[in-house]
Amino acid sequence: MARITELDVNGSREKIDVDAERTLLSVLRDDLDLTGAKYGCGEARCGACVVLMDGRPVPACVTSAGSAAGAKITTVEGLEQDGQLHPLQEAFLEVGAMQCGYCTPGMIMAGVALLRDNPDPDEAEIVRTLEGNLCRCGAYPRIVAAVRRAAGMLRGGGAA
Amino acid sequence: MPKTKKVKSTITENGETREVEIEVPDVEVSWGKREDRKNVGSRMTRVDGADKVTGRAKYTYDIDLPGMLWGRILRSPHAKARITAIDLEPAKRMPGVKAAMTLKEAGATVRFAGDEVAAIAAVSPEVAEDAVRAIRVTYEPLPFVVKEDAARAPDAPRVLGNDRPNVEPGRARSEGDVNKAFAEAAAVVEAEYRAQARLHACLETHGHVVARQEDGGIKVWASTQAVHGTADEFAAIAGIPKDKVEVVCQHMGGGFGAKFGPGAEGRAAYELAKLAGAPVKLMLQRREESEAAGNAPSAIMKVKIAGAKDGTITGIEASGYGTGGIGGAGVPFPYIYKTGSQKVTQETVRTNIGPSNSMRAPGHPQASFLMESAVDELAYKLGLDPLELRMKNDPSALRQAEYKIGAERIGWKQHWNPTPGKGQGAKVRGVGVASATWGGGGGGGTQVDVKISRDGGVWVGVGTQDLGTGVRTFIAAIVADEFGLPREAVRPEVGSSKLGNSGGSGGSTTTPSVAPGVKMAAIQAKFDFLQALAKATNEPPDKVELLPGGVVTNGTKQLSWKEACKRLPVAGVSSRGTWVPELQQSGVGGVQFAHAEVDMETGRVRVLKIVCVQDCGIPMNKLTLESQMNGGMIQGLGFALTEDRIVDAQTGRLVNWNLDEYKLPGPWEMPVFEPIVYEYPEAKGVSGVAEPVVIPTASAIANAVYNACGARVRSLPLIPKHVLEAMGRVPGRESA
Repeated sequence: MARITELDVNGSREKIDVDAERTLLSVLRDDLDLTGAKYGCGEARCGACVVLMDGRPVPACVTSAGSAAGAKITTVEGLEQDGQLHPLQEAFLEVGAMQCGYCTPGMIMAGVALLRDNPDPDEAEIVRTLEGNLCRCGAYPRIVAAVRRAAGMLRGGGAA
Repeated sequence: MPKTKKVKSTITENGETREVEIEVPDVEVSWGKREDRKNVGSRMTRVDGADKVTGRAKYTYDIDLPGMLWGRILRSPHAKARITAIDLEPAKRMPGVKAAMTLKEAGATVRFAGDEVAAIAAVSPEVAEDAVRAIRVTYEPLPFVVKEDAARAPDAPRVLGNDRPNVEPGRARSEGDVNKAFAEAAAVVEAEYRAQARLHACLETHGHVVARQEDGGIKVWASTQAVHGTADEFAAIAGIPKDKVEVVCQHMGGGFGAKFGPGAEGRAAYELAKLAGAPVKLMLQRREESEAAGNAPSAIMKVKIAGAKDGTITGIEASGYGTGGIGGAGVPFPYIYKTGSQKVTQETVRTNIGPSNSMRAPGHPQASFLMESAVDELAYKLGLDPLELRMKNDPSALRQAEYKIGAERIGWKQHWNPTPGKGQGAKVRGVGVASATWGGGGGGGTQVDVKISRDGGVWVGVGTQDLGTGVRTFIAAIVADEFGLPREAVRPEVGSSKLGNSGGSGGSTTTPSVAPGVKMAAIQAKFDFLQALAKATNEPPDKVELLPGGVVTNGTKQLSWKEACKRLPVAGVSSRGTWVPELQQSGVGGVQFAHAEVDMETGRVRVLKIVCVQDCGIPMNKLTLESQMNGGMIQGLGFALTEDRIVDAQTGRLVNWNLDEYKLPGPWEMPVFEPIVYEYPEAKGVSGVAEPVVIPTASAIANAVYNACGARVRSLPLIPKHVLEAMGRVPGRESA
């Protein structure tokens, strides 16, 4: 069986030795101890496992390690730069866009991808983007508000 | 420097709770004036927020230990069957399999699809999955029944065994003469209402990591709503004293009432760890979570309700049943309103489905739909405004005030249609209202420790758990206010059974159980701190005082908090506080209003706005409180519009076990939410409101649907099929 020996995660080349068929989620969590991305359903239906692959949001629970090799992978742990949270992380904190927090990393990664493509999304665009991300505690109104707030922070040029 | 006094409290030690008299500083025990509370009651961001947005927060699913194995459970594919043989050998022979065990023996009966049969521990989740599939089990399938109506038939297959009937009597009530009420009524409504079964659908599934310790004890990471209760149960399972068990839950991905003890999966994880001699992580996969880890029962009820011309409800007669699978069912009924006379019977119907579990206000959202629909119908039949009829029959002074606020915010006068269904166009709109009731008080036994160190740090520890409601944040706020320190100076610790006792997070009891204990501990710690400082500095105790901003007057000198702490003994100051009843209160109300739109052609319901007016005594943190109110409304929206646990009658299997098929509300379905915290000056204590805020949402929406389209939808969820049936546009139960 094909093996994968290296993954580019959060800007660092991680040496691994895993079966290419294993899920990216399992490799990130169990081999690299990056447990920010969560298991929720195992079938790409809840969004708790979303990470970025070359800037695009993917459900890591159905993405094979093999298909992730060679791509730049970003997880929620990789958003903080020089001790500075990403504006969307800041916004989540300030508006209180979480309860249990289990969906939060996936929501943030999906939101970060959106903000990269569209620095000024309206509410309908945010809602469409996040449609695949579930929050059982019901923090949606604030999650949408946090994305809007982060967009404002990004356009303002600073991290709040 | 205050003197001390004795007050009554309860403490829990080694699992036993008893009444005690405790000595506390002789100061007024109260939350004080609102304007004097700097942190408590304000809008505070979470102290654990940074951990959650960076992925640092560790949930049980995230725990990884050296040498840890992965557990998996083999479950029955049959709704009912006799196990004729189990052969673990093919699994045991697989490389990487470290332990295999049966959870039922040959000859035993499985009673639902998803029932536990055997378990495996292996070196990776993939090997464990393969090994579970390699176990050879032969079953003799038996007749089963999964629909509550079919299970009530006299010749239905017996769910729990031949000696137990499927139907068991439940809560019954009888008061006054209902027949007289019906004979003398100005209007009588008689109808059957149906509320569907639901799934908790916690994003983090149930599960544990169990690690045996060198001292013969065990450490368990659990996705649980009760670290202490779970530790008690694991101590019993392992046959060791509780002090040899530590249960840890730093963060958990949703519980909603379904996560209170080890369950079959926790016991299996313990046994596998013992068998393999290694730590075992056993987290449920989504299908087993949905099939076996709990659900909210259905509720079906025939209701007959009578009213006088002036809108007084004079009598109610109801007979209902519901199924919680092999578990129980039942609702509080009649609900909310004074009914004059009443006669209520209920039945629990067993079906071959996984057992029900408490789910956020167990039975109440169902009861609300049954009752509020009937009350609403009665109002229209009497030609009265349903809001006025409610106010006439509602005994709660809190809700009386809340109706007025909510009616204003939803625009009841502008949007309420006196003649429902007369709107023009394909899309019509209307408004509806419904109410909540709950206890919301706390329970004794919470013990809170405070330690002040010489570096100025204030640590607060209590063995409660934070389900995401923000427990850590209000703990820090209470202590910070007592000391006049910034919130950041206080470090709260929860989520371990090694910390002081506190109860499970159920019944909305966490805040009213924990907050009073924290307040008492803070009062005690301040007293102890000043006494220690006086002693250390040889000042008379009455010359030492703590001022706002953490300034300490020590005789004639003023010291900063840090300078004062440096003078403490090496060990710092340790204090303990215990829950007292006067800082909490019980008996919350709550009302909700909905504005909804119905598409007359497709039967689709769209909710435009929901207003939730909720009292909670003294609020701790409005930022998290309003979030919890939103969350209640959103779960209520799911109950109203999309959620429906469907078990197939032919196969006996749960059809919609995954998170898209069991349709949870997503960001697309969101109306405008208006959470309004109703504060009133007489409030002296804190109450929990996680549960009341989910109760009336679906009922308010269903009533708004009637007000919009003039068709009474008597079955939840309000899917197009049910709406069109109610309109008489397609054949079905509603038009039959």
